[in-house]
Amino acid sequence: MNINCRQASRLISQGLDQPLNQWDHIRLRVHLWMCGNCRQFSHQLQVLQQSARKAGRGE
Amino acid sequence: MISHADLEAELSYLQRYALAQLRDRDAANEVVQETVLAALESGDSFNGKSSLRTWLTSILRFKLVDRLRRKGKEVLFESLEDETDDSDFDGLFSKDGHWQDKIKAWSGPEESLMSRQFWEVFERCSELMPRRTAMAFVMREVMGLDIAEICNNLDITATNCSVLLYRARMSLRECFEIRWTGEARA
Repeated sequence: MNINCRQASRLISQGLDQPLNQWDHIRLRVHLWMCGNCRQFSHQLQVLQQSARKAGRGE
Repeated sequence: MISHADLEAELSYLQRYALAQLRDRDAANEVVQETVLAALESGDSFNGKSSLRTWLTSILRFKLVDRLRRKGKEVLFESLEDETDDSDFDGLFSKDGHWQDKIKAWSGPEESLMSRQFWEVFERCSELMPRRTAMAFVMREVMGLDIAEICNNLDITATNCSVLLYRARMSLRECFEIRWTGEARA
């Protein structure tokens, strides 16, 4: 039912590659509402992804 | 026309880019050479709208993807089992799976700064990563391939691919964090 931060961190990473199934998506959303650490982690992975993409385009 | 001097100025960037992907200096140099020759041959198609680096990078990327399709599976790898286990991150979490330490906001680094520092941090950080893990990351985040194509190139399942990407992101996140925390203290 509930997920912990470690499980959330895996889902956050997965979600950057493909849409999560509905159930995982909801569980992650709920976890993120309540967990500032995971929101921060999620934001950092997004920044990491964007900067890698930029570097990849030679920008 | 592109000047040879301009081209030469971009060489080290291209080498770095190719090396991050191939992790083999000879192979990287080979691809960079092909790229430069292709650029010289088709110099007229460089319209100056994008920067020379962006244009060269797009040629290099095409060559790298092509090479991966041909040779990806030939490369020798460590055992996949070791790579698809994420227990090396146990220390970050408590027994019940919560973050051991508070995740601090990255102050300072703007996105533009990050992309400029990206290669530098990635190079040092990826030396500690298993080869396939680093390659999966580059294919996904630097070259923007989708999961299906990465699985195919590395001959692994989608689940394994997710774990490799997770591991790479966890490691890189720590590397960037160390870098910025260090700078903040200095």
